[in-house]
Amino acid sequence: MLEEKALILDADGIRRALTRIAHEIIERNKGVDDVALIGIRRRGVPLAERLARRIGEIEGKNVPIGILDITLYRDDLTTVTHQPVIHKTEIPFDIDNKTIVLIDDVLFTGRTVRAALDAIIDLGRPQGIQLAVLVDRGHRELPIRADYVGKNVPTSRKEIVSVYLTELDQKDKAVIEVDTA
Amino acid sequence: MGLKHKDLLGIQDLSSEEIRLILETAEPMKDIIRRQIKKVPTLRGKAVINLFYEPSTRTRTSFELAGKYMSADTINISTSTSSVVKGESLRDTAKTLEVMGADIVIIRHSAAGAPHILSKYISASVINAGDGFHEHPTQALLDMFTIKEKKGRIDGLKVAVVGDILHSRVARSNIWGFTKMGAEVRVIGPSTLLPPGIEKLGVTPYTSIEEGLSGVDVIMVLRIQLERQQKGLFPTIREYARLFGVTPERAGLARPDALIMHPGPMNRGVEISPEVADSMQSVINEQVTNGVAVRMALLYLLAGGGSPHEIID
Amino acid sequence: MKLLIKGGRVVDPAAGINGENDILVEDGKISAVGNNLSVSGTAGGAETIDAAGKLVLPGLIDMHVHLREPGFEAKETIATGTRAAAMGGFTGVACMPNTNPVIDSRALVEFINSRAASEGLVNVYPIGAVTKGSKGEELAEIGDMKLAGAVGISDDGHPVMNAQLMRLAMEYAGMFGLPVISHCEDLNLVADGVMHEGYQSTVYGLKGITRAAEETMVARDIILAELTGARLHIAHISTAGSVDLVRMAKKRGLNITAEATPHHFSLTDEAVGNYDTATKVNPPLRGEEDVEAVREGLRDGTIDVIATDHAPHAVEEKDVEFNYAPFGIVGLETAVGLSFRELVEPGILTVEDLVMKMSVNPARILGLVKGTLKPGADADITIIDPDLKEKVDISRFETKGKNSPFGGWELKGLPVATIVGGRVVMRDRRLWQENDKIRNTSGG
Repeated sequence: MLEEKALILDADGIRRALTRIAHEIIERNKGVDDVALIGIRRRGVPLAERLARRIGEIEGKNVPIGILDITLYRDDLTTVTHQPVIHKTEIPFDIDNKTIVLIDDVLFTGRTVRAALDAIIDLGRPQGIQLAVLVDRGHRELPIRADYVGKNVPTSRKEIVSVYLTELDQKDKAVIEVDTA
Repeated sequence: MGLKHKDLLGIQDLSSEEIRLILETAEPMKDIIRRQIKKVPTLRGKAVINLFYEPSTRTRTSFELAGKYMSADTINISTSTSSVVKGESLRDTAKTLEVMGADIVIIRHSAAGAPHILSKYISASVINAGDGFHEHPTQALLDMFTIKEKKGRIDGLKVAVVGDILHSRVARSNIWGFTKMGAEVRVIGPSTLLPPGIEKLGVTPYTSIEEGLSGVDVIMVLRIQLERQQKGLFPTIREYARLFGVTPERAGLARPDALIMHPGPMNRGVEISPEVADSMQSVINEQVTNGVAVRMALLYLLAGGGSPHEIID
Repeated sequence: MKLLIKGGRVVDPAAGINGENDILVEDGKISAVGNNLSVSGTAGGAETIDAAGKLVLPGLIDMHVHLREPGFEAKETIATGTRAAAMGGFTGVACMPNTNPVIDSRALVEFINSRAASEGLVNVYPIGAVTKGSKGEELAEIGDMKLAGAVGISDDGHPVMNAQLMRLAMEYAGMFGLPVISHCEDLNLVADGVMHEGYQSTVYGLKGITRAAEETMVARDIILAELTGARLHIAHISTAGSVDLVRMAKKRGLNITAEATPHHFSLTDEAVGNYDTATKVNPPLRGEEDVEAVREGLRDGTIDVIATDHAPHAVEEKDVEFNYAPFGIVGLETAVGLSFRELVEPGILTVEDLVMKMSVNPARILGLVKGTLKPGADADITIIDPDLKEKVDISRFETKGKNSPFGGWELKGLPVATIVGGRVVMRDRRLWQENDKIRNTSGG
């Protein structure tokens, strides 16, 4: 059983964080002409869609969105007995010379991002790759950092950080949970 | 959900859920084949061995590419079965591969049940790449994948398999697969090439190709081997072509959007006329591409893939 | 040397006995059968076997065994094969001639006899080949083999395809009163089949052997037997059609007998399972309806004999792809238990019937003065405990062949003593060594 221990962001908090990140992406890239967003399955995907909407509202331009499944790039296939079901990677645009903003819900060890970087590079040669996450909870195992962070939260390794999004979970919030089982 | 067994010895052993999982997993794999960089690191450090006791360029190459696209180390061992008396026993070969650290062994053998023997003596996963007249499960999976891709479903379709059913492992695997997935299967061929008890597999046998093909959604043509004629199972290749060759007229008896399939290699002008093989309805080349995708999916799933838990990061 | 078997149920159809009796054995012969026999009066007394609750039967004879010697000693020898026979409750076995060289001459029959005399634990009755080298070309020296002690002729394993040659063999063997034991199989119909032809062979993708391969030859040989008046014995009958053919022939009064093996009345082709080569046998394990017909044939007397077709092979020969494995199942050590489980227990055969089929009839067909416990007869005796249960443990088989599909089967009704010519060769489920003393002795 997972029990909620602390609230990181409520629905308003998530909305505000995404709005700020949208502004930061526009500002840092001096517009969004060559910017594309790629959400990491699963919760990076609705976050990418929301960010694209915000950027559209602010800039009046559509940013392309892609979906990345990093299952085949995980580094723990040989150590765990069961691997996830693979879903399709759907990136309906040429990534060459684009600035790609990778989007995920939580940044933890950095291994997912490492896998995502490999996956993107196998697809082409972008101009640059940036990383946006809703929550950065620390405990990195690889030299990876986020360019855009919704909220930094110090956690213990045992705690679980969960992000719930309306599109998938019928509610919006980010929480720290503990396993009481 | 993953696969229930460590091996894939036959479609007979698979549930419809497992078949569905393999077909779904093959979809993203097909995307990888279409990419410029056709490689994912998934099976890095895994040793995949192609153990072929029967010559087969197609299937072996398909498995080899599937392994390489997944970054596995693939090697090929080709042995002739003609030297069974002098050669090493399958049991000893299994033990040898085991201690060399094989993770997945793909076996093609002229004797039905050879993959079962191998799987008994090796802890690596065994994939049956065709054993005698028994099964050729990856061919059936790629056929199902192709049909599902083109027709959107398998359930409710009418599939006709034409040719030497008696000696065909492709036919057996496809019969198991299609019936499990809810298709209606007909088998068509001369009575000397229809195996006994075939109706008990849930299929309808036909000796008239015209009757058998009428109204079907898929025509699957099997390769006819000269050796069968030499054993007297039918009088001549010429008569076979005349009575059972899939010509444009006969193909026309099927539904207008029927798919034409053939596991290859084809004898053009014998079991299938060139016009049919090269027609718009033919998906014979798609089958080959899909073969690689399906085999990648299998390698992934047998290496432990397929459970739905979330990535925690 | 005397032996008293006390208190068992003696079943000796030839003597019309079926009830509690004692049996006294003196100098290798039965000396008395009756109630309350005692040895106190005789000098020196006797060893006694308490057989209360057990069945005391005329020694069982397996008329279809492959001892593999000479030539295939890696599979079996006369020594190991007769040890297996003793464990299985058989006091005698008839051995088939498909050795290397083939038993087709007096010298080879004598070789078997001399090896059996020195190495054999039970009686061995050689069967000679029908043709020289079993090549199906010229008749072997059947008369000379008969004079050397051959009890029958057979083409087992190498059926005589030439009908004229088979006719001549029957005519010629008839001169000596020798039975012709026919392995009925049309090799052209068999082609390279490896299991019963039917649904299972289709599923496994293995080449099937049609029932017709056996039945056409059963029909041919019955017709030839009618023509020649030969004593035809059909070996290992496996199909419903063959049973019918034999039944009809018997109705017409022909001098024809037939045997069935325990595997053919116990297993169907479903046993092939995961390409288990221990189930690869010729004729193949057939369908349900065939097993039923064989059982019915045994019940109604169409099938006269239960014989094992004990066909041992080396482990490495069977541990291969199904197509490449040799045909054959070992049967000596499971025959009695399977007969009880599959035939006596369900009421298909009585114990008396079983004695007919495993002792009296084989003796009669092979012309042996055996199959009874009447005073004066050879003291070949099998004692069976009808309540003893045992799980088949192939690793404990005495035969060199481990090719049995019955491993792990729970059998009830097992031989507990095998006595050959008054000598105890098996007792309490283990072989009896020369220096072993019978326990439970009294008198003495």
